[in-house]
Amino acid sequence: MTQNSASKLLNGDTVHRTKQDKKASGNGFVKTHCVFQQQQKRYRRPAEKNHHASCASPLYNKPFAESFEETPLLVAVLTYVGYGILTIFGYLRDFLRDWKFEKCHLAREREQQKDFVPLYQDFENFYTRNLYMRIRDNWNRPICSVPGAKMDLVEQVTPDYNWTFEHTGKVLKDVINMGSYNYLGFAENSGTCADAASECTVKYGAGVSSTRQEMGNLDKHEELEKLVARFLGVESSMVFGMGFATNSMNIPALTGKGCLVLSDELNHTSLVLGARLSGSTIRVFKHNNMQSLEKLLRDAIVHGQPRTHRPWKKILILVEGIYSMEGSIVRLPEVIALKKKYKAYLYLDEAHSIGALGPRGRGVVDYFGLDPSDVDIMMGTFTKSFGAAGGYIGGKKELIDYLRLHSHSAVYATSMSPPVTQQIITSMKCIMGEDSATLGQERLCQLSENTTYFRRRLHEMGFIIYGNNDSPVVPLMLYMPAKIGAFGREMLKRNIGTVVVGFPATPIIESRARFCVSAAHTREMLDTALNAISEVGDLLQLKYSRKNRPGSEGSDCFSYLESHQD
Amino acid sequence: MEMKKMRENLGWLYYQYLLITGIYVLEPWEQSVFNTVLFTTVAMVIYTSYVFVPVHVRLALEFFSELVREQPESTVALMN
Repeated sequence: MTQNSASKLLNGDTVHRTKQDKKASGNGFVKTHCVFQQQQKRYRRPAEKNHHASCASPLYNKPFAESFEETPLLVAVLTYVGYGILTIFGYLRDFLRDWKFEKCHLAREREQQKDFVPLYQDFENFYTRNLYMRIRDNWNRPICSVPGAKMDLVEQVTPDYNWTFEHTGKVLKDVINMGSYNYLGFAENSGTCADAASECTVKYGAGVSSTRQEMGNLDKHEELEKLVARFLGVESSMVFGMGFATNSMNIPALTGKGCLVLSDELNHTSLVLGARLSGSTIRVFKHNNMQSLEKLLRDAIVHGQPRTHRPWKKILILVEGIYSMEGSIVRLPEVIALKKKYKAYLYLDEAHSIGALGPRGRGVVDYFGLDPSDVDIMMGTFTKSFGAAGGYIGGKKELIDYLRLHSHSAVYATSMSPPVTQQIITSMKCIMGEDSATLGQERLCQLSENTTYFRRRLHEMGFIIYGNNDSPVVPLMLYMPAKIGAFGREMLKRNIGTVVVGFPATPIIESRARFCVSAAHTREMLDTALNAISEVGDLLQLKYSRKNRPGSEGSDCFSYLESHQD
Repeated sequence: MEMKKMRENLGWLYYQYLLITGIYVLEPWEQSVFNTVLFTTVAMVIYTSYVFVPVHVRLALEFFSELVREQPESTVALMN
């Protein structure tokens, strides 16, 4: 019943119950997976979530090792203390600004509006004025070269504590770039991709000046769509000009009122926006937690829609391939098993994982060795691994034909620009190895080597790193608000550009620095970066990890806590 | 050399204090305000403990030792 009206849209998998399904439909097979093993023998404490699918699980063909070490208690307390002190000073400064002891640099209400409902009193504005502004020089730094493995930054100084910036005219050259999503190193201004793109600009110009449905459908787009479909192993695909808009404009075309969207806790804003715009009921399950997802699915099917108890028209599960703030990889085999058991649909957003995971670079489906036709809607972006911009959706032919007519992006948004399209075509052919060079395969191997090396070294140094051992996104925990600013600045002093992330994007005490490993980084660059990170880690006392590691005695000041917990 | 190392060490400890309390992000005058307030509070705590803690500890010890001494005296009186 859940597939009734949807059978016209998504030409359903007429599910032939295979042997595996029959086993899976036994009572609670998925639930009794002993996936979450508390490794009690080796790590008694600190308590951490260490996910290993090593106990004879038939769905995983390689060990799935993720770790999210728990925040040390002392660090959490001190972080709250730090935020408390900064909040008090925030109130003090607001008081001074209100009573005109100090000049106010920001937006204020006009005199005539003073008696109306106040506009800038909520916590977000308070946080922006008093905490974000003080360390604002770590973000929005202008780059004046191609964001490859090394880049040039414009130096800026601020005479009035980050309210305004001035350029000194100097340029910081060859800053090692650990923040760009340049996983395969295609962000370059020389080489086959750049040459092909410039030829294409000469032929087609730079702009398209129309939407896809009117006059903006170039033969390059058709070529690219066939190529993407071949790359992913699906029947057909469609490309859009902007990755964010791909999610937010296409989910409303797929679901509507009377449908149920089950979305992961930590999904990207574009997915959340698309789900909210569609008007469906949204339920959230815990991050990467299959028990939570199964419980929601069972409740949805048993109870149906809220008041009428009618069955849901469709159930759509929204997950991402790699979650960029955590570095965790979705448990795709289990999600697919659940999807088949409960006849739901799966929307997989591979923004960070396409090109970066898997032996052939085809994303998280390739990484787990699964069949691409199991995933109903495969979405991804070209921004990260292909060095271009835009997004795509791949799936069955009927689905894509429906989207060509009904997607908001196809009707109203300008289509992809020709040089960008050519860049994607060239880089994708390079990854697939079709241009008879081995560059693609070399880069894929280089990326996975770099990822393993970088993560291992950081782990040995004693930092708390989140995420899966194979994901090229590496979040390093900072926790305290002052360390966010200090880390960014100290790394820039050592000529390394990093991205630090604080409150609205992460929970308030879990601020982090996020490194993106690239295939363009050589071993020397990674070593330089690692030495600098270690230096800064010692200077700022960031080596919080309490897991057993070689040569760890006395290097951190939290070792006394271990004895207390004994 | 000794003095230089000690000064470096103290500088590093002050930097850690700035980072942990979050003062690092504030402007210099705010840092001075916070340091003054904290120093004053800590000084008052030390002064109060210096003046009052020995007296209170002595009184408490006397109170408890009296209780212990009274016990055998009264039982002896009862026996007699």
